[in-house]
Amino acid sequence: MKRMGIVWCSLLTLMLLAGPLLAQQAPATSSTATPSASTSSPELPPAVAEKLNQLEGKVTAAQYSADNAWMLVSAALVLMMTGPGLALFYGGLVRQKNVLAIMMQSFLLMALITVLWALVGYSLCFGGSGPFIGDFHMALLRGVGAVPNADYAATIPQSTFMVYQLMFAIITPALITGATAERMKFSGTVLFMTLWFLVVYAPMAHMVWGKGGFLNASAGGRFPTLDFAGGTVVHVTSGVSALVCALYLGKRAGYPKQPMPPHSLVLSFVGACLLWVGWFGFNAGSALASNGLASSAFVATHFGAAAAAIGWCLAEWIKNGKPSALGAISGAVAGLVAITPAAGFVAPFPALAIGFIAGIFCFWMVTKFKSIFGYDDALDAFGVHGAGGTIGALLTGACAQMVINPIFGDGKAVGGLDGHWGQIGNQFVGVLIAWALATAGTIVILKVVDVTTGLRVTEEQEVEGLDITQHGEEGYNLES
Amino acid sequence: MMKIEAIIQPSRFESVKDSLLEIGVEGMTVTEVRGHGRQKGHTEVYRGREYTVDLLPKVKLEVVLPDQLVNRAVDAILKSAKTGKIGDGKIFLSRVEDAIRIRNEERGESAL
Repeated sequence: MKRMGIVWCSLLTLMLLAGPLLAQQAPATSSTATPSASTSSPELPPAVAEKLNQLEGKVTAAQYSADNAWMLVSAALVLMMTGPGLALFYGGLVRQKNVLAIMMQSFLLMALITVLWALVGYSLCFGGSGPFIGDFHMALLRGVGAVPNADYAATIPQSTFMVYQLMFAIITPALITGATAERMKFSGTVLFMTLWFLVVYAPMAHMVWGKGGFLNASAGGRFPTLDFAGGTVVHVTSGVSALVCALYLGKRAGYPKQPMPPHSLVLSFVGACLLWVGWFGFNAGSALASNGLASSAFVATHFGAAAAAIGWCLAEWIKNGKPSALGAISGAVAGLVAITPAAGFVAPFPALAIGFIAGIFCFWMVTKFKSIFGYDDALDAFGVHGAGGTIGALLTGACAQMVINPIFGDGKAVGGLDGHWGQIGNQFVGVLIAWALATAGTIVILKVVDVTTGLRVTEEQEVEGLDITQHGEEGYNLES
Repeated sequence: MMKIEAIIQPSRFESVKDSLLEIGVEGMTVTEVRGHGRQKGHTEVYRGREYTVDLLPKVKLEVVLPDQLVNRAVDAILKSAKTGKIGDGKIFLSRVEDAIRIRNEERGESAL
C-alpha cells in the first residue's frame, strides 16, 4: 500500500512539474524533473509548495529504494560467482583428490577477504583521494552506514556500495587459485592471498575506481582508463599474477607427461552457468543504480558471453574436429571476462564482436601459447582471465561510445567508434600498470611466503592429493 | 564343475544376463572392470591437451556351473554378447575343484 502511494505521488508530482519536459523525453523524468521542485516557483501558494517538497522527497526515496534493491541483489549475485560458481568450475577441472582443496580456497577467500575488508580493505580501496591508494579514514568501516557516499553512488546506502565492492575483492584472488591448483599449500595460500589483496588489489582498485585515482575515467585520472566492471582491476591483475605464480611454483608432478584430465566436467558446467548468471550482477550492477545503463551493460554482458562460446567452439571444431562442452563453457567465461571492462560503454553488436574475438583468442592462448612456453597454469587462470582481460580492456577503447555512456561529458567522444582512437592508448597504459603491479607485487609476495610458510606441498603430498594432506578429508566417500 | 569368466561390452550385459537366466543359470557375480585387448582405446581432448584412454570400461561376469550346463551357457553368451566388432571381449573357462555354501556348508555341485 505504502509503495502504491509513493508511486501515485511520484506520478502526480511529475505531471504537475514536468509536463513540458515529459512531452519531449519521457524516460528521463526522474533526473530532469525533480531538481525543479526545489526551485519551486514563488507564485505557488505556500501549502502547495510544501506539498510539492514532500512529494519530491518521496520521489527521491522511491528511486533510492529501487537502486538499493537492485544493488543488494547484484552483491548477492557476485558472491554467488565465487561460491558456488567458481568453486564448482575449478572443482570439476582438478583431479578427484584435489576437489575439496580447490573449493576450500574459494570459500576461504569469501571469509578472509570479508574480514580484511572490514578492517582496512574498503578504506584502502575507496578512502581518500590519492592517486595510487586510499587511506585509513574509513578503516573499521568508520562512517559507513545508510547514508550514501556521493563520491561513488549517490542513491544507495554506503553500506550497500561497500558490500557490493567487497564481492569483487573476494572473487579476484579466488581466480588465481586456478594457476596454483593441485600443488600449493593451504597455509601458503592463506598468507599469499592476504598479502596479495593488500599489495596488489587495493592499489589497483583505487587507481581505477577510487576518487582521484591515477587511472580513474570519471573522477579526474591522469590516464582515464575505461574499466566498467573490473577488466584491469579484477581480470588482468589476477590473470597476470596467476601466470607469475605458475612460473614460480613450477609444474605439477608428472606434468605434462602424466594425464590430468578434469575429474568432473559436470561440476564445471554447472559452475560456468552460475558464473554467467552471476556476471549480470558483476557488470550490470556496476552501473551502481537500477537504470538504463544497467540494462545496457546487462545486454552487452550476455551478448559477449554468447559470441565467445561460439567463437571458442568454432575454433575447436575446426582445429580438433569436435566442439567440446569444456570448450563451450570456457569460451563463455572468456567472453564474460573480455566484456567486463566494456559492458557499460558498448552497444550490443560491438559486444558480440568483443566476445567472438575473445573466444578465439583465449582458445589460442590456452591451447597453443601455453604449450609453446610450457608453463603449468593448471586451470588456465592466465589464459582466460589475463588474456581475456587484456584484450577486453584494449577493445573497450576501440568500441566505447558516448551514446551508451558519455563518461567524459556530454558530446565528448569516448572510444574509437566515436573517432577518439587515442582512448586505446589510455587503455594500454591502464593494462600496462595492471601488468606491472601484478607482476612486481606477486613476485615479492611469493618470496615472502616462500621463506615463511612455504609455497608447495611435498611431492608425496602432491601425489596423495591435497584433500587428504591439507584438509584431512575426501571429496567423495562413495562407499560409506 | 567349471567357471565361466566372460569379459563383455557393458552395452551387451543385460541381454547376456537374460540369456543365461533363460537356460537355467541361477547365480552370477558381476564386476565393472577396465581393460583392453586388441581394441585400441580412444583419445580425449581437454583444452587442447590430448589424452589417450587405452583402458576401456567392460563388464566381467563370473558363473560356476555343473559340467552339463557349460556348453549351453557358452553358446548363450556368444549369441547375446556378439556385436561383430572389435572389442566384444573374451570368455575364459577353468575347472573348479570344489564349492562350499557358507550358510550350511554344503559342498560340490549342490552348493552351486
